[in-house]
This record gives sequence, C-alpha cells and structure tokens, in this order.
Amino acid sequence: MTYIAKPKFHHPKLPTNKLGYTRRDYEGSVSTLCAGCGHDSISAAIIEACFALDLPPHRIAKLSGIGCSSKTPTYFLGHSHGFNSVHGRMPSVLTGANMANRDLIYLGVSGDGDSASIGLGQFAHCLRRGVNMVYIVENNGVYGLTKGQFSATADRGSKSKRGAVNTDAPIDLVGLALQLGATFVARSFSGDKAQLVPLIEAAILHKGAAFIDVISPCVAFNNHPGSTKSFDYVREHNEAVNRLDVMIPREPITAEYAPGTVREVAQHDGSIIRLRKLAEDYDPTDRLRAMAYLAERQAAGELVTGLLYLDPEPRDLHNYLNTVEKPLNALGDAELVPGSAALAEVNAALR
Amino acid sequence: MPKLIESTNDFVVRFANVNGSGSASANALFAKSILRMGVPIAARNIFPSNIQGLPTWYEVRISGAGWLGRRGGCDLMVAMNPQTWDKDVASIDPGGYLFYDSTRPIPPSKFRDDVHVVGVPLTEICNARYTDARQRQLFKNIIYVGALAQLLGIELGAVEKLIGEQFKGKDKLIEPNVEALRAGHDWAAANLAPIGLKVRRADAVGDRILVEGNNAAALGAVYGGATVCAWYPITPSTSMAEAFQRWCRRFRVDPETKKNRFAILQAEDELASIGMVIGAAWNGARAFTCTSGPGVSLMQEFIGLSYFAEIPAVIFDIQRAGPSTGMPTRTQQCDILAAAYASHGDTKHVLLFPEDPRECFEFGAAAFDLADRLQTTVFVMSDLDIGMNEWLCRPFEWDDKRRLDRGKVMTYEDLEAGREFGRYLDVDGDGIPYRTYPGTHPTKGSFFTRGTSRDRYARYTEEGGPYVDNMQRLLRKFETAKRLVPGPVRRDASEPTRYGVIYFGSTSPAMAEALAALEQRGLHLDAMRVRAFPFSDEVIDFVLGHDQVFLVEQNRDAQLKSLLVNEGAIDPARIISVLHYDGTPITARFIIDEIAERMAALNVVPLKKAVP
Ligand SMILES: Cc1ncc(C[n+]2csc(CCOP(=O)(O)OP(=O)(O)O)c2C)c(N)n1
Ligand code: SF4
Ligand SMILES: [Mg+2]
Repeated sequence: MTYIAKPKFHHPKLPTNKLGYTRRDYEGSVSTLCAGCGHDSISAAIIEACFALDLPPHRIAKLSGIGCSSKTPTYFLGHSHGFNSVHGRMPSVLTGANMANRDLIYLGVSGDGDSASIGLGQFAHCLRRGVNMVYIVENNGVYGLTKGQFSATADRGSKSKRGAVNTDAPIDLVGLALQLGATFVARSFSGDKAQLVPLIEAAILHKGAAFIDVISPCVAFNNHPGSTKSFDYVREHNEAVNRLDVMIPREPITAEYAPGTVREVAQHDGSIIRLRKLAEDYDPTDRLRAMAYLAERQAAGELVTGLLYLDPEPRDLHNYLNTVEKPLNALGDAELVPGSAALAEVNAALR
Repeated sequence: MPKLIESTNDFVVRFANVNGSGSASANALFAKSILRMGVPIAARNIFPSNIQGLPTWYEVRISGAGWLGRRGGCDLMVAMNPQTWDKDVASIDPGGYLFYDSTRPIPPSKFRDDVHVVGVPLTEICNARYTDARQRQLFKNIIYVGALAQLLGIELGAVEKLIGEQFKGKDKLIEPNVEALRAGHDWAAANLAPIGLKVRRADAVGDRILVEGNNAAALGAVYGGATVCAWYPITPSTSMAEAFQRWCRRFRVDPETKKNRFAILQAEDELASIGMVIGAAWNGARAFTCTSGPGVSLMQEFIGLSYFAEIPAVIFDIQRAGPSTGMPTRTQQCDILAAAYASHGDTKHVLLFPEDPRECFEFGAAAFDLADRLQTTVFVMSDLDIGMNEWLCRPFEWDDKRRLDRGKVMTYEDLEAGREFGRYLDVDGDGIPYRTYPGTHPTKGSFFTRGTSRDRYARYTEEGGPYVDNMQRLLRKFETAKRLVPGPVRRDASEPTRYGVIYFGSTSPAMAEALAALEQRGLHLDAMRVRAFPFSDEVIDFVLGHDQVFLVEQNRDAQLKSLLVNEGAIDPARIISVLHYDGTPITARFIIDEIAERMAALNVVPLKKAVP
C-alpha cells in the first residue's frame, strides 16, 4: 500500500468558508480503510467541523496512537502536522506537544483498544490534567487492525464474528471521563453526522479536556448480529439526550425552536452552544447527576448519546502550570539562558 | 595497640548517623569548613533503603594531594547511631580513632583494643543547655562538629563564617548555632588530648566549587534552553527534577507577569514521561526526562520511535544497581548497553559520559544542542555517585556569545522563499534532514510523522527500497554524530608504553589517583577518558595503538568493552577488563591492585623501581 494523493482539482463553485478554503482544503489522502468503516464517517465529520469553524488547517495538530482508528489522521486535514505515535500512548505525546505550544488546536484520535486497553492509564491521566484538546475515541469494541479480537469496551455477552462470547465487564470511557474530571464529555455515533459534527465543533471551542466517545462500527469484524457495536444495534438502542448547535459570537439566530426546549450555554471564548433538549430532565452541567443518569439508562439497555457534561468555565493544564502566554517553543535565548553573570553568582554560592 | 595513625591533610572520616536527625547539614558544615581552609575533600553519602535503625553514612576524604575518588577504609569514625555501632566500630582501620557520645556508659566489650577512643558526653553537654527536644537533637550535631574541629585543628572562624552564610536572612539562628559549636569546641579543648589526625591550612582548592551532579545537570538543562520536563520519581534521579524546578523558579519566571517560562510535569510513569518529552520536542520545545535503569527499561518503545521518527529527546540516566530496593541506592555504570541499543529494530543512540558535576552541567546543556542537531535521543549517562554526592570540581562556565543550536529547522520564510522541503531528504550529505515545527506555514512544510513506512518526503510507503534508503541515511547521521559529540580526553604516560587504559564517567578521580600511583611503581600507561558514544576514530586508534588496553568499568558485564568491540570491530583480546560492581564507588586502591597484578602477569618489568 502506497500513498495516494487526491487530485487537486477545485470546482469553481465549491462553497468556501471565511478563510476562503473549501472543504477539500480540509481533506487528507484517500482512506485505505474498509469500505463502510465507521471511522471514515468520523473523518468526514472532523473535516466538516473544521471547515464550519473556519479553522486554519495548519494551526491544528492531529495526534494518534496505533490502530485503524489511529490511521485516520492521514485521511483528514492534509495541511496539518500529524503524528502517528505508538500504541496507547497518544495522550502523553499530545500532552507534551500541548506543553510546548499552547496556541495550536490539539486533536487526539484513538481507538477503543488504544485508549481502553493498552492506553487506559494515559487516557485517564491526560483527562485529569485538563489538557486542552479534543480527544476522540473511535469505538468499535474490537481491535480492527489486528483482525477482530475483543477490546476492553466490548460488552459482556457480546459475540465475536467467530462466535466467541466476551465474558469480561466492559470499560465505559464516558463514565471514566466524567469521573476523571474531563470538562467536556460527549458520546455519539459515526452514523449520526447531524449529531456528531456540532459535538466536534463544540469540543474544539472548549478550552479544556474534551472527550468524545464515538461508537463506530467495524464492518469487517464487529457488525454482525450478537454484537453490541453493530450499526443495527446502535441505531436501535441510541437515546440522544440533546442536540446541539454551535454559535460563533454575533451570528444571527436562524433556526426555529419550540419554546422551552432550548438552553444556551456561553463558552469562555464568547461562542454559544445551543442545546435542544430531548430528554426532559437532563442537565449537562451537573456532573454527578450526569453520572447517575448514564448508569441508570445503561442498566436499562440504552446507549445514551449527546453532550453529556460541560463545564463552561474550564481550567486547563497551562492554567495549573502558570505558563507564560507565549508558547514555550517560541522562547528565545534571552528568555531562556540566564548567562555568565548569573552563573558567577551560582558558583560563588557553591564555594 | 598498633601505632596510631598520624596524618595531616590525608585521612578519611566517616559519620554514622540516624536518618532524619538533622545530621546532614552538620556533616556538610564539617566538610565545607575544611574546604574553606584550602584543603580538598571528597564527600559521599551512603543511603541504605531497607535497613533497620534508619542509618545513613557520610564519608569525608580529606586529601591535601587533591585525590577525590573514594579511598576506602576509615581513620576516624564518628559513631552516632547505636543501631549500627558494632559494624561501625569494626570498620575502623587499625590504629584509627572512634569518636562517640560518652554520656551513657558503653560496656568495654563494645570497643576495640587497636582503636583509640575519644568519648565526648554530647547528650550531657547538650541537655544542660537546651530543654526543647528538637533543639537538643539539632544542636547535638553542631556540638560534635565543634568538638571535632578542636580535635582536628579546623579553624573555628571558618566554621562560624559558614554558619553565618547558611543562616543569612534567618539571623536569629546564627548566635545559638555558634554557641553550640563553641560548647563542643571548649569541652574538647579542656578535656581531650590531641590525636594524630590534623587539618592544616593549605592553598589547594582554588576556585573550585562543591556541588551535586544532579543539581549541576539540572542547571545545565536550564542553560541548554530546556522548557519542558516530564519525570517520574526514582532514586537516584529524583533530585535532578527537583533541582530543575528550583533553578527554574530562580531563573525562568517572567519578572513582569510572574508566569513560568517552563513546564514541569510529574507523569504517571516513565512511558508517559518520555511520551511527553517526544511530543514536546516534536512541537519544537526542548524537553527532557531524568530517570534511572528501570525507567529506561520502560521507555524502550518510545526511544525507538524517537530514533526512527527523528525526534529530539534528552534522557538523563542516573545509573544505579539493578531492580527493586536496596542495592539500587548504590552506584553503578550498568545501563550502557541498555541505553546504546535501546528499543526494537535497528537502533543506536548517542550517549554522553560526564566525569563530574562540572561535566553534568556542560553535557546537560550540550545534550539539547546535540539532540536538536541530530534529531534523535541523547542520553546523559550520569550515576548515583556523581548525581547524589557533592563533588569538588571546576566552576561552571558559560560563554555569553553562545546561542542555542536548534539544528535544521525550516522557517516560514524558508518555505515562503520556495526552499524544497522533504522531511527525510538528506540535502547535504550529513544524513540529517530538515524539519518544520507544526503550525509554521498555512500551505507548505506540513508532514505526517510516523515510525517507518515513508519516503524522503514523508509520504506513506511500504516499499522496501525507501525503507533501506532511510536506514542507510540514519547510519550516515550516526557517522555525523561522531564529529559532534565531545571527543575523548587523552593523557599520555611520562614514558613511551605499549599499555593503555580507557575509563569513563565517575571512575575519573579514582583513575587519576591510580595512574599517579602506578607511575610511581614504574608502571606506565597511556590513558584515555571516553566522553561519548558513538566513539570517534581517536578511541579506536588508541586501542589499536597499544598492545593491551585496560578498560575500567563499574559493571559486571564489561558493557563499554562490548560496545567498543562491536562498533570498532576490535579483537576482544586486546582489551582487558577491570570491573568493579559491588555498588560502592570504585577506588584507586582497587584499580591499582587489579592493573598491577595483570601487568605482572603480562611480565611488565617496571623501568624504574618505585620510589620508597
Ligand atoms: C506495543 C504494541 N502492541 C501491539 C500492537 C498491535 N496492535 C496494533 S493496533 C492494535 C489494536 C487496535 O485496536 P483499536 O485501538 O481499537 O483500533 P481499531 O483498529 O479497532 O480502530 C494492536 C493490538 C502494537 N502496534 N503495539
Ligand atoms: S478492520 Fe474494521 S476498523 Fe479496520 S478499517 Fe476495516 S472496518 Fe474499519
Ligand atoms: Mg477498536
């Protein structure tokens, strides 16, 4: 398999965003995933979200671990720097990158094996540190790349393609993210673009640790009857608690909403997330209630999706570390090297 | 009773204390006051991690001749820990001295006939002056420093000046400390007979400084422009991360905004530490981690990524013996091979071997230039002996004209001007390609970083040809590294000889002393101190230029020899290993005995007889 460049052909009528870019400018090279793989839909949603938010592609850094899901950063944002790191360790690499330059947007892409199995520790720790990033897990319940073994998010009782039954309890990444202090937690489905795109937009605008668990069926190894991560199963059990619209400041309100069903949450940067409530009693700003609600609905066999938790005033790692505004990677000799006079004082104190 | 040891400016004092009793600063005061009299010292801590009675030992070698390695043996034992009394008393050289607290009677069977006993009722003197329990404990230490000063002829003025400096800003504490010091001193003057050990003022210290290697390496990292540090606690490297934090608070806080020009993160493990370092360096910041052998073991996969994806990383490996607790609080040079060939696939890495804290500072800064220039992992191979002990060494130096060398980085302007960019393209034959930092240019210079499977333009490919092409370039790059790393230091014998000795790192002071002693016996050796891997041609030529070369290392498996034999395609029979690995720092005595014995076996006849 060798790299295939997409033809650089722009239809003159392709819509452009405020930066004059078309959607094509946010694409990457041609996907080599299986036709119909959920992961490709997530790549498409990322492209859509970045286009809609008018983001300069080169100001985004995309990082991943290893897996089919982790291969996807090659298939979107071709003008961004990307880093396919090692299995399960994307969070630490992203954390380091973020420490070096607080001005870029960090997009971490991972799989359920990558984040819930080998990388569970790093997943947990980067969320509890409040790294400013969007962390997407493309969750198919299996190891796609190594051909279909159960991952740690596979439900107990779920059947593999060859008929083996998973006996281990599943790890719920959303539940963990809530407990670990992520300031933006969502779940979505690769087959529901209308829900997924605004969630990614809102996550990007969020200035803290944003986590999205996206159920993303593996058509090759986990889309059969008896699987709880198949397209059919997810469609049947999907219970969305809300729908969102992401508003850049001062944009005129165009959509029509039935009175009483909309709640606006202002983000720190002035943008507004407009939530259309679907579940009457769901409050996404209450972490404890969210955790209880999820547990309840899960017990009832529902897969709750939507924006599950949002802290509108998040703090991030750089706040905690009290770092200078200027990115650390841009500091020069004068700001970094104390010089010979300072060294003479050091020497004097050591005699 | 054998003849009592008599020596001026050449003896070893060992303090046996209970950990946490505040003895460390009193012992350091003792050591430094001797330095202030112009007499060189070498001081070492011994920290057992799992022994009853919380013992710590602190050993001061006073050496007017300036020998700074551990000497071995003990001439004066300051026995302040009842729990280790028997062992401590047994370790005194015959004719040596035992200093102890004589407040409570100790049965005669607990002493030795061949050791001179100096009893000072420390507790009694102390309790008569102080009522507070903590004060009693702290001042008891100062009282014994006072008594020892009188006994050994250390100038009271030198100690008092140090006390003044130590408590500068907390002036209230100066007076009581000086009083305690004098109490011990006066009691000794009134009650004790002089002993055979003496310190006499000299002028042999010069402008040297006394500093720990970890502290120096951390300062080196500050001068080397490191902004990101990710680490996980492990003895003996922890104090380096802590020191980096202290130096950063002093030198790296923006004076106006009070915000930090650094980011230090205590990671969840060593995998995460090195992951963060690689992420930060990929993004254009200078980043490091400090660890020890077990940490390096955990970092293996990432170190390979750094090699293949060509991302700078600096790892300070403060080496110690083996896994678990206990021996690991002892020193060794035992990670050479683990570091040189770390990770999977065909990899090799740059190693630097500092000989003392001064070089920890120098290499600590240079490692960042090298890592950026070579776009790969650079190890600074320190060890517990250098890292956690205060060494007397040349002062730190910095040339203000020096600039951080960020290596081959293409800027916005370069890209805008249309310079060709291929992330893995060797444009000038040194094997080192250009890189860009993420976010540099809207349409040019971005690339996708992955371990392998890419061509010269970082485009995905699984073809064998481009893989081999890339691996060959990485070899060229390693050749380039030979020219960039610190070269070896050669010191030829006073007479022509067919014998040589190679050594590195913390063996340095013991080796200097051993060479002088061997020369006195008429055994001449040319000496080479290796300072880095890859080895430059000079190192290989040195081996080939002698019939036999001794290689002194502090590990069991002759790791540097393996590396030298392997990389230099050298006949192993040319190299005779001298190996010391019991966890204590190597001594000149050990090296002299080993080499003299082997040379006798090789039938080397001293050209001159030893001067008596
Ligand atoms: C250290 C290490 N162990 C094992 C592997 C092999 N491996 C590659 S991808 C993968 C699992 C990927 O699963 P997931 O993250 O769920 O991604 P998916 O392919 O399902 O999208 C494994 C085990 C590896 N690359 N590295
Ligand atoms: S194996 Fe599964 S996860 Fe991988 S590309 Fe194919 S469908 Fe997607
Ligand atoms: Mg998976």
